[in-house]
Amino acid sequence: MLLLAAWQLICTFGNVPKYMLPSPQDVVKAFQSDWQLLMSHARVTLTETLIGLLLGILIGFLMAVIMDRFIILRKMIYPLVVVSQTIPTIAIAPLLVLWLGYQMLPKIVLIVLVVFFPVTVSLLEGFSSVDADTVNLMRSMGASRRQIFRYVKLPNSLGHFFSSLKISVSYAVVSAVVSEWIGGTEGLGCYMTRVRKSYSSDKMFAVILLISAISLILIWLTSVLQRACMPWEKVNKYRSH
Amino acid sequence: MTPKLEVRDVTFSYNNDVTVLKDISLSLNDGELVSLLGVSGGGKTTLFNVIAGLYRPQQGQVLLNGEDVTGQQGIFSYMLQKDMLLPYRTVEDNVALPLIIKGTRKKEAREIAGRHFEEFGIDGTQKKYPAELSGGMRQRAALLRTYLFSAEVALLDEPFSALDTLTKSEMHRWYLDVMDKIKLSTIFITHDVDEAILLSDRIYLLGGKPGTITDEIVIREPKPRRKDFNLTEEFLQYKREIISKIQGT
Repeated sequence: MLLLAAWQLICTFGNVPKYMLPSPQDVVKAFQSDWQLLMSHARVTLTETLIGLLLGILIGFLMAVIMDRFIILRKMIYPLVVVSQTIPTIAIAPLLVLWLGYQMLPKIVLIVLVVFFPVTVSLLEGFSSVDADTVNLMRSMGASRRQIFRYVKLPNSLGHFFSSLKISVSYAVVSAVVSEWIGGTEGLGCYMTRVRKSYSSDKMFAVILLISAISLILIWLTSVLQRACMPWEKVNKYRSH
Repeated sequence: MTPKLEVRDVTFSYNNDVTVLKDISLSLNDGELVSLLGVSGGGKTTLFNVIAGLYRPQQGQVLLNGEDVTGQQGIFSYMLQKDMLLPYRTVEDNVALPLIIKGTRKKEAREIAGRHFEEFGIDGTQKKYPAELSGGMRQRAALLRTYLFSAEVALLDEPFSALDTLTKSEMHRWYLDVMDKIKLSTIFITHDVDEAILLSDRIYLLGGKPGTITDEIVIREPKPRRKDFNLTEEFLQYKREIISKIQGT
């Protein structure tokens, strides 16, 4: 609050030009005037983000399962997966646009590329960190590989999965915006490039705030989902302290 | 009479290298509790894994009711010092898990499991998570899970050794009480001489390297055991006999 007040005071009395630093009041006004436009762009960005996230999680999950099941594939694929993450997003985004056009597809592909990695790594970690004695006990009970997966490995990895999902969610939003910068006609990223070119810093601040808000809401939803999926966490946390 | 379980001349070595068990033969009759007593690292747990079918012996057989079941899994269940209850399943769902694995529907499995909660002294914990239970209660739940898996033979590997002394003696009394009701044929691993005498009908001493059965002691005290059996002269005599035999070999 104090920070906000100081910011407003500096802008009002400090003779700072609006294109350098808009005052909070200006940002609110920008929100008001461009609300409709912001919402329609946000819808596009959000759609891309959600589709990309879902696909990324699905691919990440499948890769983790396959790599967990076949050690040889793990040895083959894992290094490639790591290498894929060393490519800067900003470099690959224009190529994707070139290959896949200006529509949603290149954006979704980029999000998938960014999202699947944390999911795969965390799930693999979760799968392989199961207690060997517990797995042996299940085997002695005659459990099949699938049953061990379902009753031991999968629930054991949920905690890892959700931590990575929180990272993935924020990455996904940022990636959507970045890929819209590079090429496209709709989305918050496009809006951003436009207001940047017209030096409308008030609108720039507005859109940044909106993007942060979207990320925060998605992260919060992830936590809600986590609590719903892992009801035992509450008890276990309480007991272990 | 064919024994419930028979281990016949089992020899086992890891990767055909160091022999851990040599010519092990033992038998377990119906409803009997037999202890395997020996120092830690003497191959007791390895023998369990052979019986449970997790390891295949280089020589010898495991027979259930006279039938060869060597190397087969899903027949015997075992219980370890760690309760290995899954933290993300309620006690009820943990206990019912062996039934679910065998293909029983969840609802039915819960119902079957539910019938035994009172008998095992854990009534009221059905909907709780394992983390909410004390160590002793968790071991009770683990034993019920073992029992639901196979009413034939249970393998218990130092199930009470992680508990404090008071809980442990309470668990011994509880255990004898439950066994009196359900008559589960059990092989019980322990390194605690008192525990072995208190609970067993017979005791096998496992010793040496590679591990062999060095002796067999029959405890002639009738079951259910007297409350103060562990304070009697007979008890001490058994204890002296066992300790001298362990030290003698």
